[in-house]
Amino acid sequence: MTNTGIAANRLNRAQLNECFADLHAPLDAHEAAVAADRCYFCYDAPCVTACPTGIDIPLFIRQISTGMADAAARTIFDSNILGGMCARVCPVENLCEGACVREEAERDPVQIGRLQRHATDRLMAQKTHPYQRAENTGKNVAVVGGGAAGLAAAHRLALLGIDAHILESREKLGGLNEYGIAAYKVVNDFAQKEVEWLLQIGGITHQCGVMLGRDFTLESLLAEFDAVFLGVGLGDTRDLGIDGADSPNVTPATEFIADLRQASALEKVAIGRRVVVIGGGMTAIDAAVQSKLLGASEVTIAYRRGASDMPASQYEQDLALSKGVQMRFHATPQKMEKTSAGIKVHFAVKGDDDFALEADQIFTAIGQVLDPPPPDIAVENGKIKIDAQHKTSMDGVWAGGDCTGLGDDITVTAVAHGRDAAIEIHNSLTGGKHG
Amino acid sequence: MADLTSKFCGISSPNPFWLASAPPTDKEYNVRRAFDAGWGGVVWKTLGMEGAPIVNVNGPRYGAIWGADRRLLGLNNIELITDRPLEINLEEMARVKKDFPDRALIASVMVPCEEPCWKEIIPRIAETGVDGFELNFGCPHGMSERGMGSAVGQVPDYIEMVTAWVKNATALPVIVKLTPNITNIIHPATAAKAGGADAVSLINTITSITSVDLETMAPEPMIDGKGTAGGYCGPAVKPIALNMVAQIARTDATKGLPISGIGGVTTWRDAAEFMALGAGNVQVCTAAMTYGFAIIDELTSGLALWMDDRGYKRVDDFIGNAVPNVTDWQYLNLNYTAKARIDQDLCIGCGRCYAACEDTSHQAISMTKDRIFEVIDAECVACNLCVNVCPVEDCITMETLAPGTTDPRTGVKIPKEHGDWTSHPNNPNAK
Repeated sequence: MTNTGIAANRLNRAQLNECFADLHAPLDAHEAAVAADRCYFCYDAPCVTACPTGIDIPLFIRQISTGMADAAARTIFDSNILGGMCARVCPVENLCEGACVREEAERDPVQIGRLQRHATDRLMAQKTHPYQRAENTGKNVAVVGGGAAGLAAAHRLALLGIDAHILESREKLGGLNEYGIAAYKVVNDFAQKEVEWLLQIGGITHQCGVMLGRDFTLESLLAEFDAVFLGVGLGDTRDLGIDGADSPNVTPATEFIADLRQASALEKVAIGRRVVVIGGGMTAIDAAVQSKLLGASEVTIAYRRGASDMPASQYEQDLALSKGVQMRFHATPQKMEKTSAGIKVHFAVKGDDDFALEADQIFTAIGQVLDPPPPDIAVENGKIKIDAQHKTSMDGVWAGGDCTGLGDDITVTAVAHGRDAAIEIHNSLTGGKHG
Repeated sequence: MADLTSKFCGISSPNPFWLASAPPTDKEYNVRRAFDAGWGGVVWKTLGMEGAPIVNVNGPRYGAIWGADRRLLGLNNIELITDRPLEINLEEMARVKKDFPDRALIASVMVPCEEPCWKEIIPRIAETGVDGFELNFGCPHGMSERGMGSAVGQVPDYIEMVTAWVKNATALPVIVKLTPNITNIIHPATAAKAGGADAVSLINTITSITSVDLETMAPEPMIDGKGTAGGYCGPAVKPIALNMVAQIARTDATKGLPISGIGGVTTWRDAAEFMALGAGNVQVCTAAMTYGFAIIDELTSGLALWMDDRGYKRVDDFIGNAVPNVTDWQYLNLNYTAKARIDQDLCIGCGRCYAACEDTSHQAISMTKDRIFEVIDAECVACNLCVNVCPVEDCITMETLAPGTTDPRTGVKIPKEHGDWTSHPNNPNAK
């Protein structure tokens, strides 16, 4: 590791392929049968309660154990059309698997995430789409944002017989699934494959590279469509707001993660020899781990609070430690200064000596904020305000996902919002009831 | 250390674990391996008439059912008796017995229901030095279609007749192997005794179809698109076997007749249970076919350790000890009252007890919003279903209510004295 500064090709392609291999390799049929057999088919199961999309987990696991993985996949997709992605990226240790009674019993929950992947992978590999649209209602809805919330909304609208038109500001649909998640969680271009599979239902059109406020307005959409769903996510990153942070080698971790996902070849992604990641969420972990996997020799996560306060789950923290990432807690960045060997970040430590880290590259992962929202849309605590039916303050406009106050920055919650908002929109437009 | 030596109807073996007559005992090679591994005895795979050898199917002989992780729970087979020439079997048996004089070697025999057949073959087999005979009146497939095996075992008169023929032909102990494919095991057991049998062994396999191939619409095991009923064995049949053993052990007509217990013996505990219900020894097949002969070390060490713990010095010290506690329903104490108790510290909150009780039983378990499950004594009939479905051992137990306390379900004060159906006021025939 003699490369200094920020450089590509720290590892060769074969090494990188190994480093970035599937984090949780899929279960084969026998492994799935064994894993499924561990499910107790709990009454009013805690795992279902813990799932933001409320997938009937005991049912789908029982379907796997009886040799009906395709039926299991249908059960999953009925509640969560992005069940394939969620099986890969959900922090299951905080959701279904964390609630599993076998976690309580043995600290060894049923592998719900991997079982979900087993079922959904199988069905998606069949190339046919399992759903048919209801009779066309003649209604159409504009979906702003092609991330998890927007895709889930569009699919449910299409299913209910409403045409959906997705407007996405980036080049591809998928949102954070495409741009914001570590590569080893979503191998083989799964995010795009999932989008293509989802669009097979029909009745969904899309346009990429167009942006609310720049290329169109809510008013223009409302003139053309019967309703609007906003699933714009959080576009902007928070600034550190300290001296010296304006160096070109200090960048948002989200940009690094997105660039890495979009890179034509991993060896072309440049990385510092010494990397510091500031933050304590999933984004910080994804950036730190991937820095290490690209060949950085020293990677440190500096977080302003303690380990137990970290938004990243224990599993994610352990993953980072297992890859050789170092963690510094209670460390608040004070200033950065350019040195001959890179950038020096000074940290103040609560109740301990201050310290400084020298790095070639610094990633900030201290949270994201809403891009300036459209005028006339009420905002609360920096997020779009919605009611229990996902309605915004503007007539005809619904919203869901990270851009709203009900979001919690995970894919599965955004899916639930998109799905539920779609049902509300359908009921509102047709006067019909659909649970 | 407990003494495991066994003397079963006069036949000695260093431990009470015999391999049942089946594929594992079909030839010298296997039997030597079994004895080297430590098995106490072997019942050689059933010998038939001299002449054109038996033929078997040339496709699957076994079908199975599985539990989690493909744990084999039940096996069935359509294999016939030995398909090797009688002479070869006899030569091998003689050699093995000579090299393992301390082990029990029993010859299983099945020939047509004609006296000359038995009269001819029994002395020939005896020349090998075997310790006794087992008459195969049990196999429910193939041979039964030719009037042998379970076709004999299902007709008590035939059992008595053939047993008497064999007893007349030899002074060696004769064990009659019984089929469970009958309505009441006491009838064939009584017939065996009447014919002079020194012991019975049971159960042979149960007539069965293990599964159906839904693609080909044919039963398993399948031979060229067709299937036939086979004999079922393995852990799944143990409860049926235990009951039949207990019935013979406790019924006046058959009481005292030595029993070799067979049917799903897989662990030392299974063996101890069979023996507690009156079996003098046990025979094992499916467990050996599933795991190989090495399980004998678990069987012997487990049984010995348990005997040491319980203070049993010899196997005779516990054989039959559970028999007095097997009774008829009518004699069960209806005054005995228990209630389910859920240990909240052990409870993992799965709610299976709740679903079982609420959906299918007595609505005697309550559930709170935060998943606390509690027994409602005023509804609980102590049926034990919650105990059986709970995935956590000892989390739900049955607590006996002391005589003198009032059962909240019935409002009745629990009497001290025994009270069963024979004297119950609702019984029109009460004494």
